[in-house]
Amino acid sequence: MIKRILLAAFAAGALAGVFAHGAQLVEVIPVMHAAEGYEGLADERGHGHGHGHEAHGEEGHGHDHSGWMPADGFERQVFTLMANVLTGVAFGLILVAGFAFSGRHVDWQRGALWGLGGFAVFVLAPAIGVPPAAPGMEVGSVSERQLWWVGTVVATGGGLSLLVFAGSKLLKTLGAMLIAAPHLVGAPIPAEFHAGPLPAELAAQFAVASLVTALAFWAVLGGLAGHFFDRWVQQRT
Amino acid sequence: MSMKSSTATTNAASSSRIAGGVAAALLGVFLLFGVGLANADALHNAAHDTRHAFTFPCH
Repeated sequence: MIKRILLAAFAAGALAGVFAHGAQLVEVIPVMHAAEGYEGLADERGHGHGHGHEAHGEEGHGHDHSGWMPADGFERQVFTLMANVLTGVAFGLILVAGFAFSGRHVDWQRGALWGLGGFAVFVLAPAIGVPPAAPGMEVGSVSERQLWWVGTVVATGGGLSLLVFAGSKLLKTLGAMLIAAPHLVGAPIPAEFHAGPLPAELAAQFAVASLVTALAFWAVLGGLAGHFFDRWVQQRT
Repeated sequence: MSMKSSTATTNAASSSRIAGGVAAALLGVFLLFGVGLANADALHNAAHDTRHAFTFPCH
């Protein structure tokens, strides 16, 4: 059964990853590339920390992400597609693990609901403190934001599971408190902002486009994962 | 099938379901860190657009 559980996750994740790639091409990727033009301006002004896309070919800017990178155009597209598929598979595995642990019956509709839960856990809750950032935005320390992001994902995931599946009111209350906790602790938001070269309109457009695209991805992932899990795991045991 | 053996089958099915869940969770978290969070330059650069698009914290 382990093999079929993993297979359901891989199939749903890979398909949803390809879907996400197509959905990103509509707005997320074009806005991101437009934002990178401004990221180049920040580098020329000497305080950027980009990572060497078309806007700045020379060495010596002190980037924290120099080294190998896919060439712009086809190669970059291919790597992004692969990374999207791997991200889809990673989230698919985590979602299917949730199905397995819960012991509840799933089908494509329940799976889509699970997907919305995944969106809340992995996108919506962390976005409150670590908003979706277009390249070139000044956002503070990456490691601090990653730590808060991971903590928020774990707390929201655990809290939501208790809220939905726990039997007692006490545990449900604990779940709700867990969901709120990271926001009471507070995200590592920089004390002051220096206006960067990226227009606010572009940053806002990126935030909305990435959130909506992620929502669509999670709904599709959940629906597919629920369907495959139903077909390959539940109906065979 | 007697009640006893039916319970045994259900227990076996449920424990292999849990084992599958553990395998999926471990593999999923491992992949997620590699694609979304690892700081190695090559991984970051290869997955850069994906990290921004999925709203992972990035530079």
